[in-house]
Amino acid sequence: MSEPHGSTAVSAGSGTAPGTALLQVQGLTSAYGPVRALDGVTLDAEAGRITAVLGANGAGKTTLLRTISGLVRPQAGKVLLDGEDITRSAVEAMVSKGMAHVPEGRGVIAELTVDENLRVGSLFRGKVGKDEYDRVYDIFPRIAERRNNAAHTLSGGERQMLVIGRALLAQPRILLLDEPSLGLAPRIVAQIFGLLRQLVDREGLSVLLVEQNARSALSVADVGIVLNLGKVVVTDQARTLMADEGLRHAYLGF
Amino acid sequence: MQQFINITLSGLVEGMIYAAFALALVLIWRSTRIVNFAQGAMAAATAFIALALIDAGQSYWVALIVALVSGFVLGAIVERVIIRPVEGGPELNAVIVTLGLFVAIQALIAIVFGSAFQSFPTPFGVRGFEVGDTTIALTPTSLYIIGSVLITMALLVALFRFTRVGLAMRASAFGQEVARLLGVRVGRMLTLGWALAAVVGSLSGLLIAGGEFIYPAYMDSLIVFGFVAAVLGGLDSPVGAIVGGLLLGLALSYVSGYLPRGSALVNVAALVILMVVLLVRPGGLFASSVARRA
Repeated sequence: MSEPHGSTAVSAGSGTAPGTALLQVQGLTSAYGPVRALDGVTLDAEAGRITAVLGANGAGKTTLLRTISGLVRPQAGKVLLDGEDITRSAVEAMVSKGMAHVPEGRGVIAELTVDENLRVGSLFRGKVGKDEYDRVYDIFPRIAERRNNAAHTLSGGERQMLVIGRALLAQPRILLLDEPSLGLAPRIVAQIFGLLRQLVDREGLSVLLVEQNARSALSVADVGIVLNLGKVVVTDQARTLMADEGLRHAYLGF
Repeated sequence: MQQFINITLSGLVEGMIYAAFALALVLIWRSTRIVNFAQGAMAAATAFIALALIDAGQSYWVALIVALVSGFVLGAIVERVIIRPVEGGPELNAVIVTLGLFVAIQALIAIVFGSAFQSFPTPFGVRGFEVGDTTIALTPTSLYIIGSVLITMALLVALFRFTRVGLAMRASAFGQEVARLLGVRVGRMLTLGWALAAVVGSLSGLLIAGGEFIYPAYMDSLIVFGFVAAVLGGLDSPVGAIVGGLLLGLALSYVSGYLPRGSALVNVAALVILMVVLLVRPGGLFASSVARRA
């Protein structure tokens, strides 16, 4: 599993076969000011799978997602989405290419209502039927009850559900999630990760998950990638990583 | 009693204009965190365009529409060309740029239109309505002022609440990065926000000019009053800007109507109100309870 899958087949729509590389990151190097945050990172996120990128604070996890979605411009390397080079694409264009990035710190727009937040997720698509909003509210009944409340009244868990729901309304092929477990109670984390797993298994969503909470992330992910000081240390099946006590102690802190 | 009613009425009418100007400042502040000190000069420029058309024989209404449209264009150009390079940088840079723009536009007006006092027409009478056998300080022009400001505000509310562009603009104002990640063209929304704000500012500039004289610096006191009204309302809140404008209009009208030599004290009173608000309730009357992310 440390080798990327060879497939670069371009397929239309979300019909990319499970297990082929939907998102490919090749030799990505980027810096925040003078600090090199990513140093030649190569990894694949496969279609219909959850790929978890793990590592300590400062390992470069957030920079990785921000570089993939174009918020940070890389110094070197490439990002391919379903074979298409999107390294230089505008941030605003990513969502229409099928990538939804939920940034760290939840990204709820506090001044808008829950419903308006969801609508922002579908703005770029033009008119969106009510049934699509209902579908998101079905997945997350807790936010359905609060649809007309201001988003800043939501709890941390509800905010996380809202931003994932909002990203789903963008109909992404791949969802980039930055630390969704941050600050949430373990029970809520388990609930959100469970829902994520269902979306992947039932609807063929692909997820690139960045997490400091390695134990929870590995319990839901298919593939785990350990990042340390901006470099990929290990890529393997999640359950293999889970069983590797030395690695866990060295890099994952549990 | 009659005096009180008259003073109150004229305060409310003036307050409506302050409210419109304050609203223009708030629209820009909440989307770009910039206080647009050039707002008044931009509005004055459009008033001079309107006057040039009127002098050339066009009707007031044609001139009004052309002025508002040129306000829109001017707002968009200012944001795109002059403000964009300093957006997101140190706040002081943007402030200095808008101050520089204020001076530059005012000078440009003087060069193009001259700096003499020129009389600006109003489409309606300025004679008060008669109630019984007394004349009150409510004129057809004041009804026009109140009506046009209310209609403009209603249109803005409808735009922000019920349209997709309005939602995109609010998302861009409150969550720039998230909005970009969700495909909203934030830059365009900010340009549109400045353009709309300039339209509202331009309207207030034409309304306050009605029946008066205009000269390149005629908006200067309105900048102060509009800014005080906006701070009174909390700078972040459109509703606050409107309430702040009305409150300030009333307060200044009472000062000028009741205090000995009050009309000379109006500017001082506005600054006193500004200082009191900043000392007692720095967030303004309608300070948003939401802590803004940086």
